[in-house]
Amino acid sequence: MRRYFGRKLLIYGLTFFVAVTVNWMIPRFMPGDPVASMVARANVAKPEAVEAMRAYYTALFGFDQPLWQQYVNFWGALLRGDFGISIWLFPTPVSDVITMAVPYTLALIVPSVLLSWVVGNQFGAYAARRKLLDNTVLPVGYVLTAMPYMWLAVLLAWGFGVLLGWFPVAGGYSFSMRPNWSWTFVLDLLHHWTLPFLSLFLVALGGWAIGMRNMIIYELESDYSNYLSALGAPSRLIRRYAFRNAVLPQITGLALQLGVLVAGALVTEIVFAYPGLGSLILKAIQNKDFFLLQGTFLFIVLGVLIANFIIDIVYVVVDPRTRAGMAGAQA
Amino acid sequence: MTALQDVAPREPAGVRREALYFAVRNGKLMAGFGIVLALLLLGLLGPVLLPGAPNEYGPKPMAPPSGEHWFGTTTFGQDVFLQFVYGLRATFAVGVVGGGIAAVIGMLVGFVAGYRGGIVDEILNMLTNVILVIPTLAVLLIINAYLGIRSVAVQGLFIGLTQWPWAARAIRAQTFSLRTREFVDLARMSGAGTGRIIAREIAPNMSSYLFMTFILLFGGSVLIASSLDFIGLGPTEGVSLGLMLQNSNQWSALQLGLWWWFVPPGAAITAIVGALYVANVGLDEVFNPKLRET
Amino acid sequence: MSLQVSELQVYYRTLKGDVRALDGMSFELGDGEILGLVGESGCGKSTLGKSLIRMDSRMRRVGGTVVLDGHELPIDDDRAMNEFRFAEVSLIPQYAMSALNPTRKIRKMVTELLNSRGATLDLDELELRMSQVGLPREVLDRYPIELSGGMKQRMVMVISTLLNPSLLIADEVTSALDVSTQKSVARALLGFRDSLYVKSMIFVTHDLALTHHIADTIMVMYAGKLAEKAPADVIVKAPRHPYTKLLLDALPEVGVRYTDRRLEGIAGSPPSLLNPPTGCRFRDRCPIAGEECAEDPPVTELAPDHHVACWKA
Repeated sequence: MRRYFGRKLLIYGLTFFVAVTVNWMIPRFMPGDPVASMVARANVAKPEAVEAMRAYYTALFGFDQPLWQQYVNFWGALLRGDFGISIWLFPTPVSDVITMAVPYTLALIVPSVLLSWVVGNQFGAYAARRKLLDNTVLPVGYVLTAMPYMWLAVLLAWGFGVLLGWFPVAGGYSFSMRPNWSWTFVLDLLHHWTLPFLSLFLVALGGWAIGMRNMIIYELESDYSNYLSALGAPSRLIRRYAFRNAVLPQITGLALQLGVLVAGALVTEIVFAYPGLGSLILKAIQNKDFFLLQGTFLFIVLGVLIANFIIDIVYVVVDPRTRAGMAGAQA
Repeated sequence: MTALQDVAPREPAGVRREALYFAVRNGKLMAGFGIVLALLLLGLLGPVLLPGAPNEYGPKPMAPPSGEHWFGTTTFGQDVFLQFVYGLRATFAVGVVGGGIAAVIGMLVGFVAGYRGGIVDEILNMLTNVILVIPTLAVLLIINAYLGIRSVAVQGLFIGLTQWPWAARAIRAQTFSLRTREFVDLARMSGAGTGRIIAREIAPNMSSYLFMTFILLFGGSVLIASSLDFIGLGPTEGVSLGLMLQNSNQWSALQLGLWWWFVPPGAAITAIVGALYVANVGLDEVFNPKLRET
Repeated sequence: MSLQVSELQVYYRTLKGDVRALDGMSFELGDGEILGLVGESGCGKSTLGKSLIRMDSRMRRVGGTVVLDGHELPIDDDRAMNEFRFAEVSLIPQYAMSALNPTRKIRKMVTELLNSRGATLDLDELELRMSQVGLPREVLDRYPIELSGGMKQRMVMVISTLLNPSLLIADEVTSALDVSTQKSVARALLGFRDSLYVKSMIFVTHDLALTHHIADTIMVMYAGKLAEKAPADVIVKAPRHPYTKLLLDALPEVGVRYTDRRLEGIAGSPPSLLNPPTGCRFRDRCPIAGEECAEDPPVTELAPDHHVACWKA
């Protein structure tokens, strides 16, 4: 068990290391004098801002310092939680800007990922049972999973937002409101949350349903299923076993899909101008705010790695074979 | 999320004919490829046959679909249909480049890791896992933002460089199971080197699997590219379907009700990727006799 | 217990037509009898074994009946057969080593299986039977992945006979094993019969030599039809059907070297069951085939309990 988790942590540590290094390296590939071009690109009006940025960049790139020193400085700043100062929202530190946006993104991603996984698995299981259901679930599933996330978002926004007017299509909450803990505000939050959530939920749902359906069919054709049938076990029991065994690769699949799901959330937020990390990234790109971009990137990577690790733990808990296999077989 | 099945080794000629026989009778395969082919032809021939440049401003902005402008016009009077067919071309291009590169790297890593095993496998595995875990869009985001990727080919290149781990894993697993077969032992005994064995013995027996992997990689690349374009990290010149979606978003097509601007591009992507997935299922049935039954 | 199979015809539906896997099988099985069902690959023995308990989705019964203990078995009605499965007819499958749910502890799986069939687990009885085949009671608290292949197979053997079925079908249970394990499995099966856990058994195999050790009667099948059926000793020492004789000659004998006596195989291969030839199906490979073999020989009882389907026997 220790070896298994140790190995996983090694991979995640390595990944984070690679991500940080890539992040550090890429700006140095930009042609010309990176500091000047970054400052020029940022197009900042205030002179003291320019000065502060120049000072910061120089410390960061430190061309008077050897390369490895710059690298170490970068890591040092990172571990202090210092992601730099946002150019777009000068002088707010990047970490603050990100912290303001994170709750919105989490509120979108966590429920949609979990719910779509659970519901999708159920649909897939039902589809594997009856031919009729199979003939509807499959095509719908394929269409949903083939949709780009932002397109369904736009369609939902247009249909339910603009045409029917049932839901708002911009922002995390009404522009007329100030954030507080009153009922009206919370309801307003939910109102704005619904369409983006639905969009993420539906696209992901398609994929899970199809995957689960295939897995269950595979389990229903396995040797143990055949054996139970030969001994006259009711299909209820067989389906229960099949479902439980089919869920396991779906858990692994969840970990593999995290990157895609995060990407989907980001573009969905952009469509709805939802104040999460996605909109932040868009603003960062439009305003050439590299520090914000960099900070967001590292934050996302960290988040995905943590989520992966949680899923690994869940998998070990749920699949008895991993624990037994680790204990060693006895002849 | 779509699973690939295990494929048993085949002998050529007669079996290939049999595969073709079943292929043309498989509804999913024919329908899927048909849709993709239709859109591909539109993307290839459209720009050649239709006059005008896609980003040219026109006299009638925000016009709904009509006889003159089949898909209506944008806020700048650009012809949406013209943009659409040019965009199709760019989308297919990035799919081929991205999917192709990912397939090639995935095959290299997967074959070598699966065939060699041992320390080589361990190292490649570690590499694969690391790249697999990193969220693709985030990386492409950073790279594109800093380096300013502005051509479709380079975009495809970077997409390919981040997509291959998934394929490598799958190919490695298949290679593992094939390498213990007798014909591989025979080849090894006859003195063939690793490269030759992989190219001559293992790969041809997995050809159907490889083809299906490529199809899925192609679809994935198309989706990723459209997301990148949507965020604003796509090519600055030219058009792509993702760019159309971005523009429509930026210029409030949603609020203005210009549905003809954002519905067709997304529909096309959905059609291409969806048709490919369905065709993939059909292919699986053709190559895997067990799935074919009554 | 008594089993009568008469004129059973089971075909496989395929895209190219019907494969006539069983084309008119008739035989009887008495109480406490172990029948060894022998034949080449593709002769229909596995089909017969499967037909008696659970038919594949591709199989269909074209004719014939199966009567067990006076009841006709509804072999092509999956639902109706459930009543008979496990309690009256049971199976030790060919894939016994992978027949256990990998994510369930053995004890839990057995309990759930029994409960779903309306029975309760008698732990003492289960442990007794397990010890009889050499399985320690700790096995119950393990997952299948923690057991060796042989242990899993023995566990499946115990589970399949837990409800004391009248008829047990052992489908190629020894095919993947080494010789010493084969012997212990064969002995275990005999023990089941002697302890009355099962009344009668059909032991499907392609290993003629092994069958002789355990079976009371041996039935040789060829190309979907019965070739010869007789008590084990008679088959081995005094076979009447040319196919049986050739089979026996093809067995290597311990101590006899290649230079002393060559092994005779049987030239040719079995006919395609998609379009079986008219007349005796062994005709093309038979050394003594004659004019009358153009007509299909009926099964005749040449001596008490000795049935042969050959004009020349």
